[in-house]
Amino acid sequence: MTSELDIFVGNTTLIDEDVYRLWLDGYSVSDAVALRVRSGILEQTGATAAVLQSDTMDHYRTFQMLERLLHAPPKLLHQLIFQIPPSRQALLIERYYTFDEAFVREVLGKKLSKGTKKDLDDISTKTGITLKSCRRQFDNFKRVFKVVEEMRGSLVDNIQQHFLLSDRLARDYAAIVFFANNRFETGKKKLQYLSFGDFAFCAELMIQNWTLGAVGEAPTDPDPQADDMDMDLDKEFLQDLKELKVLVADKDLLDLHKSLVCTALRGKLGVFSEMEANFKNLSRGLVNVAAKLTHNKDVRDLFVDLVEKFVEPCRSDHWPLNDVRLFLNQYSASVHSLDGFRHQALWDRYMGTLRGCLLRLCHD
Amino acid sequence: MPGKLKVKIVAGRHLPVMDRASDLTDAFVEVKFGNTTFKTDVYLKSLNPQWNSEWFKFEVDDEDLQDEPLQITVLDHDTYSANDAIGKVYIDIDPLLYSEAATVISGWFPIYDTIHGIRGEINVVVKVDLFNDLNRFRQSSCGVKFFCTTSIPKCYRAVIIHGFVEELVVNEDPEYQWIDRIRTPRASNEARQRLISLMSGELQRKIGLKVLEMRGNAVVGYLQCFDLEGESGLVVRAIGTACTLDKLSSPAAFLPACNSPSKEIKEIPFNEDPNPNTHSSGPSTPLKNQTYSFSPSKSYSRQSSSSDTDLSLTPKTGMGSGSAGKEGGPFKALLRQQTQSALEQREFPFFTLTAFPPGFLVHVGGVVSARSVKLLDRIHNPDEPETRDAWWAEIRQEIKSHAKALGCHAVVGYSESTSICEEVCILSASGTAAVLNPRFLQDGTVEGCLEQRLEENLPAGCGFCHIPYDELNMPFPAHLTYCYNCRKQKVPDVLFTTIDLPVDAAVIGKGCLIQARLCRLKKKAQAEANATAISNLLPFMEYEVHTQLMNKLKLKGMNALFGLRIQISVGENMLMGLASATGVYLAALPTPGGIQIAGKTPNDGSYEQHISHMQKKINDTIAKNKELYEINPPEISEEIIGSPIPEPRQRSRLLRSQSESSDEVTELDLSHGKKDAFVLEIDDTDAMEDVHSLLTDVPPPSGFYSCNTEIMPGINNWTSEIQMFTSVRVIRLSSLNLTNQALNKNFNDLCENLLKSLYFKLRSMIPCCLCHVNFTVSLPEDELIQVTVTAVAITFDKNQALQTTKTHAEKSLQRASTDNEELLQFPLELCSDSLPSHPFPPAKEHLESASSNSGIPAAQRATSVDYSSFADRCSSWIELIKLKAQTIRRGSIKTTVTVEKASPVGEGNFRNRSSPPCANSTVGVVKMTPLSFIPGAKITKYLGIINMFFIRETTSLREEGGVSGFLHAFIAEVFAMVRAHVAALGGNAVVSYIMKQCVFMENPNKNQAQCLINVSGDAVVFVRESELEVVSTQQPAANCQPSCTGGEVTT
Repeated sequence: MTSELDIFVGNTTLIDEDVYRLWLDGYSVSDAVALRVRSGILEQTGATAAVLQSDTMDHYRTFQMLERLLHAPPKLLHQLIFQIPPSRQALLIERYYTFDEAFVREVLGKKLSKGTKKDLDDISTKTGITLKSCRRQFDNFKRVFKVVEEMRGSLVDNIQQHFLLSDRLARDYAAIVFFANNRFETGKKKLQYLSFGDFAFCAELMIQNWTLGAVGEAPTDPDPQADDMDMDLDKEFLQDLKELKVLVADKDLLDLHKSLVCTALRGKLGVFSEMEANFKNLSRGLVNVAAKLTHNKDVRDLFVDLVEKFVEPCRSDHWPLNDVRLFLNQYSASVHSLDGFRHQALWDRYMGTLRGCLLRLCHD
Repeated sequence: MPGKLKVKIVAGRHLPVMDRASDLTDAFVEVKFGNTTFKTDVYLKSLNPQWNSEWFKFEVDDEDLQDEPLQITVLDHDTYSANDAIGKVYIDIDPLLYSEAATVISGWFPIYDTIHGIRGEINVVVKVDLFNDLNRFRQSSCGVKFFCTTSIPKCYRAVIIHGFVEELVVNEDPEYQWIDRIRTPRASNEARQRLISLMSGELQRKIGLKVLEMRGNAVVGYLQCFDLEGESGLVVRAIGTACTLDKLSSPAAFLPACNSPSKEIKEIPFNEDPNPNTHSSGPSTPLKNQTYSFSPSKSYSRQSSSSDTDLSLTPKTGMGSGSAGKEGGPFKALLRQQTQSALEQREFPFFTLTAFPPGFLVHVGGVVSARSVKLLDRIHNPDEPETRDAWWAEIRQEIKSHAKALGCHAVVGYSESTSICEEVCILSASGTAAVLNPRFLQDGTVEGCLEQRLEENLPAGCGFCHIPYDELNMPFPAHLTYCYNCRKQKVPDVLFTTIDLPVDAAVIGKGCLIQARLCRLKKKAQAEANATAISNLLPFMEYEVHTQLMNKLKLKGMNALFGLRIQISVGENMLMGLASATGVYLAALPTPGGIQIAGKTPNDGSYEQHISHMQKKINDTIAKNKELYEINPPEISEEIIGSPIPEPRQRSRLLRSQSESSDEVTELDLSHGKKDAFVLEIDDTDAMEDVHSLLTDVPPPSGFYSCNTEIMPGINNWTSEIQMFTSVRVIRLSSLNLTNQALNKNFNDLCENLLKSLYFKLRSMIPCCLCHVNFTVSLPEDELIQVTVTAVAITFDKNQALQTTKTHAEKSLQRASTDNEELLQFPLELCSDSLPSHPFPPAKEHLESASSNSGIPAAQRATSVDYSSFADRCSSWIELIKLKAQTIRRGSIKTTVTVEKASPVGEGNFRNRSSPPCANSTVGVVKMTPLSFIPGAKITKYLGIINMFFIRETTSLREEGGVSGFLHAFIAEVFAMVRAHVAALGGNAVVSYIMKQCVFMENPNKNQAQCLINVSGDAVVFVRESELEVVSTQQPAANCQPSCTGGEVTT
């Protein structure tokens, strides 16, 4: 006796969250059955392995049919074939687009191209995430990227509207898309200590302040056809950043800046002497990063530069995080007292974001 | 020119990409009704076209309106080659043809293609303007309401229940026409879908005409089936119960006035037309004229479809026996006479209802069934389907005479079915013989005094259990006792019925699903030889199925079966029997005795040990089941009952005399706790298998109950969470060791595993009950067995359950005792003083005479002896197997097997159902349920019948996920299309949903598969009991705004 056909169709589509997770994790039916057996479900329910096998197959089939719709979540809402309560629909979508931290760290900032897709085997081996799951996650990134790529307006809003993700997840995707678009290097060894959350945090700040979308509301922009998008950095802004060079090139200005910062922080900083000794190096580092951002190559290395030029020196001197914060606040604020410096707004736009990023990047 | 159909094509969405180059589609729509076709403009380059067409108007006869479906075809425009079809939507506009139902059909419909499945959706608005038709001789029957529900629909009152209506139409199957060789599978499938749709419409119209002739306005319990007879044609047949229904005013209060103009237009001809001529279109008020009280249905029910014209031209008048009802005295005898005469008017006093208005059902005789094996031959003239008509007429006549033998004048819970394999067809009919209260069968004027009398007369909790037949002249040997409830009337020890449990029946504990499963090998044979072989096997199948049912019932410690459905399916080399029923413990019937095992091999120590071990296991199981189903009947001492249980001496003598061959019998303990023991004799391996199989049925896991009736006895606090589902399994038998035992085991495992899977899948709903579990078995190919299950899982509140059942039981006990006293005042026909000096005719003789009559070959008769010796011990329950002589005439072979069971009756209405209000009703959700109600909600409106037929075919089976993927997707699509149609009618649920057919064929070698599905149900609007006010204000929006409904459905 062999089972030729075995199906179960409910008027309301049954979704088993545990099986869904196994499916998303890319397990084959037999692996999933084995894992379920190990979870002790047979003892709890008194079911047999055959029942479990049939149940798992059924759910897998349902998920496969749903997958097509999950690629365009609004379709899931409007389709008539599967009657699924809204809360369940949300769960299906959210889980489908949820990604593994380990995986995203591998692809973050990489071009979402066929080439990268070919490397998924290696990523799978390295992270222990099944290739199937890697593919799904990669395809999700790519799909979201493709849809919002050409769109104008807020990146997060666009993602939310077209993929019906939760706010949190939409923000994460915005970061992924932003990183992929600007190809920020995140894979270098010295960046390994950073989590996806760190990068996402930075991405959000950069999207808010450094992109065209950030100034989009300003009526000064006469050409709405320009890249009015959250994904691209504001080219003009990057060009302007060269002007900041004067802060380190002009020796008087640099000295003045140092003395202002030192005066303000004397006695407040545990690592004052180290700071005082390192000030010029740090300042040069931060300003030079800004000045270099006109070149795409240097944009990609932004995080590498920040870590090399700022985080590592601080770390080697064992700066406490609070001292870093005090320093950065004072460092950016003091520029306002430099009479000879005319690019206050530019400085604020640059440093405001950078300060946030650096604080986030300063950890072990 | 009595009708104008108006159609507007609004928009499409999610269309498939038809032009690979642009990844877009240039879609347009063809709207076809009858022979008229309209087209929309081509909407270029879009997957979401906005046609927003003008109103396409079709001016048509209402006959066509009833027969024809509206056909909408979505195409992709192609300048250089032929336009490509994207898919179709068939819309049955029947619901728009009667008042009170839907006023407009508007919403998103899935665009369906028989090869690709659903391909996007289309938004359509359909309206009908009907004009008054003064032609009395018309062919249409617009205005007659149809319900699949097998009880009086919730917001109606039955004024008169007229009785049986039936009709069948035949045609050539397009799949077998010569043209099929040259056309595409798609064209062939579409021709078939369209033909069946057309035939369904025609059938419904013809039935409607009969109803009008009977002065009814509705058909309840409408069951339409199609028989794919292959080469010999396509038969669509339907049965139903004609009624005059009156809309209850109270729920109407919830019905918001719809501001759609079409409603007004429609209502004028039907409800407000002062012209009396239009009464035939379905007046909603009862007809008071006595002349019409009895439907002269004799002629109608026998009309073959060809002669309908004559029928409507010659109005028949009712016979005057209704007058007796007017002067009717309070005595039951008179009542019965009346009813009898009322029913004798009808050729077939059958009712497809399974639940009845209170007081309708007086007594229940038992299950009556008839089967007949026929050889199919080509239907030469589709307009004269006389052979098929004659076949069914024979069977119905058989059923009628069986009912008469049981002292009953009517058959309730009546149904018909077929099983076809190649050119052999088994026709089956079954029902429950019953005595009915004439009140509902005639004019409402008699109601007055009679009604009152009757209600006093009928002990509610147990009345239906009392035997309707004459005790001294019993049609079969039965074991009678005084009713354990009222103790005045005789009841049988076991009751089998095909109806639902009456709501007022006094039940102890909970019920459970009981199934008997059986396979029998059969030699492959041709034509007549094949038919003869099947005919010969049938009686044994019936017998064994009943044995199994009885054993399992006893094992559960219960004494009655409701909703019994025995299905016998025929395949190339085997027959399959599947009986499903819901077992309960009726308080009125005696406690069932245990099961006693007797071994036959003498003086074998280990063997006896084995036997006693089995005995212990059986006893344990019975005890466990009693606990599980909470069966704790009150102890009643013998004296009070005045038990007619025969003296033990007499019993044992009886037994011994019949089984002299057995040494063991004398030592049997026959006084098994004062009750009669049920003896299973293990005399060969077969019997051993039987006992084993008895014990292999595993009870559902805790928190689960299951039944195949509408509601589970003993549970009445349903919550609103319901989940309807369909599950299909096909197994391939290994052809090597095909023996009956191996087959039985395979089949048994298949069903048991299926149930286990269901319990597992639905575990999140615990505590829950699977209701209306409907198994169908078919044998699509040589070694394939297909089982399809449709049921609904309903959760209930465990804590409340305990309380309510308790009070319920108390109440029924109280009621029972008061009933007793009332009963005393009315001496009834049954001579209650005659002592039961049972003239048990030895069952052995019975059977043997029967078998010799039937001309069963000697070899088989030998087996029958075994069974009969077995039967001796069960003489109290296996009453009669009557084998009619098989005659071979004109190439058709017929066997009729009747098994009559003493059994109770149901009148199921669900007044008592109380369930806590449910919290979330999401907008746009369409519920589907095989039940006639929705827990925790009130049905406020019936929108019309849903009757849909789909074919799906694939030539890329592997790519679609194999057979499972293919069928899974198809069934999901069928559900979706049903839901979309209901939503477009403005409804939010389908009740009495049934998947009548699911024919699946595969050819894995060719990577092909095909499936046909036929579903039906009633589209309704329901309102949560907790949200009555809120929703009533929202409803109009859903009904009248096309664009809104679309959005709602999809959420």
